Amino acid sequence: MSAPKGKKIPRQPVPEQSPKARSKSFDEVSYGYTPVMAMLEASRCLQCKKPKCVMGCPVHVAIPEFIKLVAAGEFIAAARKIKETNSLPAVTGRVCPQEDQCEKHCVLGLKNEPVAIGQLERFAADYERREGKIEIPELAPSTGKKIAIIGAGPAGLTTAGDLAKLGHEVVIFEALHKAGGVLFYGIPQFRLPKEIVDAELEYLQKMGVEIKVNYVIGKIKSLDELMADEGFDAVFVSTGSGLPYFLGIPGENLNGVYSANEFLTRVNLMHAWEFPVFDTPLHAHKTIAVIGGGNTALDAARTALRLPSTEKVMIVYRRSPDEMSARDEEIKHGKEEGIEFRYLENPVRILGADGRVTGVECQKMKLGEPDSSGRKKPIPIEGSEFEVETDAVIIALGSGTNPLIAQNTEDLKTDTEGRIKLSDADIQKTSKKGVFAGGDIVTGAATVISAMGAGKKAALGIHDYVMSQ
Amino acid sequence: MFRIVDKQELAAGVFRYVVQAPEIAKKAQPGQFVILRLNEHGERFPITIADWDSGKGTLTLFVQAIGKTSIEMSQIHVGDSILDLVGPLGLATEIENFGTVVLVGGGFGIAAIHPIARELTRVGNRTISILGARSRDLVLMQDEMKRVSSEVRVATNDGSLGTKGLVTDVLNGMIIKGESIDRVIAIGPLVMMKAVSDLTRPLKIQTRVSLNPIMVDGTGMCGACRVTVASEMKFACVDGPEFDGHLVDFDGLINRLKTYRSEEKKSLDQFSQVLDDECRLGNQ
Ligand SMILES: Cc1cc2nc3c(=O)[nH]c(=O)nc-3n(C[C@H](O)[C@H](O)[C@H](O)COP(=O)(O)OP(=O)(O)OC[C@H]3O[C@@H](n4cnc5c(N)ncnc54)[C@H](O)[C@@H]3O)c2cc1C
Ligand SMILES: Cc1cc2nc3c(=O)[nH]c(=O)nc-3n(C[C@H](O)[C@H](O)[C@H](O)COP(=O)(O)OP(=O)(O)OC[C@H]3O[C@@H](n4cnc5c(N)ncnc54)[C@H](O)[C@@H]3O)c2cc1C
Ligand code: SF4
Ligand code: SF4
Ligand code: FES
Repeated sequence: MSAPKGKKIPRQPVPEQSPKARSKSFDEVSYGYTPVMAMLEASRCLQCKKPKCVMGCPVHVAIPEFIKLVAAGEFIAAARKIKETNSLPAVTGRVCPQEDQCEKHCVLGLKNEPVAIGQLERFAADYERREGKIEIPELAPSTGKKIAIIGAGPAGLTTAGDLAKLGHEVVIFEALHKAGGVLFYGIPQFRLPKEIVDAELEYLQKMGVEIKVNYVIGKIKSLDELMADEGFDAVFVSTGSGLPYFLGIPGENLNGVYSANEFLTRVNLMHAWEFPVFDTPLHAHKTIAVIGGGNTALDAARTALRLPSTEKVMIVYRRSPDEMSARDEEIKHGKEEGIEFRYLENPVRILGADGRVTGVECQKMKLGEPDSSGRKKPIPIEGSEFEVETDAVIIALGSGTNPLIAQNTEDLKTDTEGRIKLSDADIQKTSKKGVFAGGDIVTGAATVISAMGAGKKAALGIHDYVMSQ
Repeated sequence: MFRIVDKQELAAGVFRYVVQAPEIAKKAQPGQFVILRLNEHGERFPITIADWDSGKGTLTLFVQAIGKTSIEMSQIHVGDSILDLVGPLGLATEIENFGTVVLVGGGFGIAAIHPIARELTRVGNRTISILGARSRDLVLMQDEMKRVSSEVRVATNDGSLGTKGLVTDVLNGMIIKGESIDRVIAIGPLVMMKAVSDLTRPLKIQTRVSLNPIMVDGTGMCGACRVTVASEMKFACVDGPEFDGHLVDFDGLINRLKTYRSEEKKSLDQFSQVLDDECRLGNQ
C-alpha cells in the first residue's frame, strides 16, 4: 500500500485537545497522528538521495528510510529503523526542537512546509509501544565488565541501554526517588506523558540494567570508591544541569517566589496539584508571573495555568518575540491557552507585603546591538519603571551545572562554569581515568537529543576502554 | 526499603528511631542529614542524622510529631519500613581542636548537637554543652550528652531542671564571668540560634548554626532551601546546613518557613479526620 507521491499534499495537521479543554487538564495536548494521517504525511517525503534532514539531526536518524516504512504501513519496522540510532523516539518525537533541527533542513521546507518528521517519529514509536511490540534486543554475551552510570536522565539512560546490549553489567545511580531526570521532574505530563518515561525505564530493566534510586553520588559514594571498592570498571557521569539561577534582585526570598525547577518538581515529581491526597503542598495562587523566555519558562507557565486556583498567567521576557528560545510550538500552544506574553520588560524588584509577593516592579527595555549570544541586547529605558500585580513569581532563567560530583572528585577537571571538561570529545572521556561524562553536565543546558547523542558516543568509548583493560 | 529496628518515645511526641541504612551509616558525619519519604503519597522531608553505627548499619533519627508527615512517621513501628531514605546530605561540621567549644542545643536540636560534641571532645576540645527545653521532661539525652561532653549545663523555662530561663542566659553568664570560649555551635529553634548569634557577635566568637529551611530534593536542584548569608544566596542543602551565625539573615528564613502554614494545617486537619475515623472504626 502506498499513498500518492507529490508536493501537492499539504503538511498534515496534528489533532489536539481544544485550547479551552486543555488549559485546565494535565492530559497530553497533542493526540498524534492516526495511521492514515501518518501514511499520508509520510508520502510527502521526496526520499532525497542526499537527505539534508539527516544532517540536521544530532544522532543522524535514518529519516528517509523510516519515513518510507511509515508510508508503506510498516510501522513497527519504521520504529526499529529509528531506534538504530535513537533509543527514545517516543520522547524525541515529542520534545525535540525539530524546527531548528531535522525539519529545518528538509528540502520541502524551501518552498513549502517541511515533512513533519518529529510527528512521524512519535507516531511510529507510539504504535510499537501500544501494540506491545517492543522487543528486548539480543544482548551480547556477558563481558564480565561492570559500569556505573550517575544520573538517570536521557544521557544516562541511553548509555545504559547501549552498554547493556554490548554485554556489560550496568548499574544506574539516581539521586531522586524516581529515575528519568528532566524527562520526569521537568517536562510536564501534558507534553510528555510519564507512562512513556516509565515504559523506557521498564525496557532498560528488562535488558538487565539495574536502577538504584536515592543515591547521591559524591555523598554516599565517591567515583573512586565505585571503581576501587565496588568493582566498577568505568563510570559515566550524566548529572545534568540542575542548578537554578535566580535574578539577584530584591524580594527573591519572599513567599510565592519559586525557581522553575522547584515549581515543576513540586507538580511533576511530587504531585502537588493533587494536594492534600499527596502531601507536598503548593500555594493556591490566582495570578502567576513567569520570568524568562525558554522552554522551561513555557513549561512553568503552562503548568501554572492548569492548577485549579490559577486565573491568570503572564510571561515576562526582557527581549522581543524573535529572541525567545522556547520552541515555536510551545509559544503557539501557550498563546492559545490564554497566557499573556509581555515582551521587553525586565523585573527589577519583587514587591511584597507580610512576607508574601504582591507584585513585580519592571522596567521597559529596548533592543540594541547583538550580544555574545548573537541575539539583540536588551537595554533598560531609564525612568520607565512600572508595577505588575501578581501573587507568585516563577523564575525560569535557565540553570547551571550541579557541582556535587566535581566538588567531591579532586582529579576531575571542570571549566569556570562547573561543566566537566572532556579530554577526548569523540568518546566523551574526561581527565580522570575510567571516567566518562555527557549530557548537560558537559554542555550546559541543552537538549534531550544532544544528551542522548553524547550517551551513544560514550557507550562506544566506554566499551573500547573496558575491553582494552 | 529502610527498616525501623528500634523506636522509643522519649517525651510526649518526641521519638527516637533506629533505621537500617548500612551504606549511609558508613558515610555519615556530624552535621549531616537525610531526606525521607514515607510512602508513595509522601513528601520529602529532611531529618538530622543524630547518630550512626557503621558496624550495625543503622542511623538514629529524632522526630518531633508536629505536623502531617511527622505525625504519620510517629505511627510507623518497629519492623515497618520507610520507602525512601537518601543521604548523607549537606556538608559535615568542621571538626578540629579549637580549644573550648560551647555547644548549645535547644529542644531536639540536642539530638543534632550530640555527634558533634562527641567528635569535638574526641579530638581534644574542652566541650561545654548547654541543653535547653521548656521543662525537665523535654531535656533529651542528658546521659548521652554527659558522656560525650566535658561538662553539661541545663536551662529550663520553668526552672524544673538547671537554670531557670533560656540557654542564652547560661551562655551570657559564662561570658560575664569571663570564661574563655573559642567557638560556639548552636542548634535548635531559629529564634534561639538568632539570640545566640546576637550574643556572640559583639565578642567575635565564631558561631556556627544549623539551618532548617523547607527542602524538596536536597541536591541543589530546586532552590527551595535558599537562605541569605552575608547578603549572598546560599542553598542550605548543599552549601550548609551549617553557616556562620553572625552572617545569617534569620528574619528572612523565619518568614520563608511560614510559606506553607495554611497548607500544612489543611493537610494535618484532613489527616486527623482520617485518624479519627479509623479510631471510631476500631472502637466498634
Ligand atoms: C523544564 C524543562 C523543559 C525542557 N524542555 C525540553 C524540550 O522540550 N526539548 C529538549 O530537547 N530539551 C528540553 N529541555 C532540556 C533537556 O531536558 C535536557 O537538556 C536533558 O534532560 C539533559 O539530559 P541529561 O541526561 O544530561 O540530564 P538530566 O535530564 O538533567 O538528568 C540528570 C539526572 O542526574 C541526577 N543527578 C544529579 N546529580 C546526581 C548525583 N550526584 N548522583 C546521582 N544522580 C544525580 C538528577 O537527579 C537527574 O535525574 C528541558 C529542560 C527543562 C528543565
Ligand atoms: C536540615 C534539616 C534537618 C532537620 N532535622 C530534623 C530532625 O532531626 N527532627 C525533626 O523532627 N525535624 C527535623 N527537621 C524538620 C523536618 O524536616 C520537618 O519540617 C518536620 O518534621 C515537620 O514536618 P511535618 O510535615 O510533620 O510538619 P509540617 O506540617 O510541615 O509543619 C508543622 C509546623 O512546623 C513548622 N515547620 C515546618 N518545617 C519546619 C522546619 N524546617 N523548621 C521549623 N519548623 C518547621 C511549620 O511551620 C508548622 O508550624 C529538619 C529540617 C531540616 C531542613
Ligand atoms: S531525533 Fe529529533 S532531530 Fe533527530 S530526527 Fe528525531 S525529531 Fe528530528
Ligand atoms: S529532506 Fe525532507 S523530503 Fe528529503 S528525505 Fe528528508 S524529510 Fe524527506
Ligand atoms: S532542597 Fe532543593 S536546592 Fe536545596
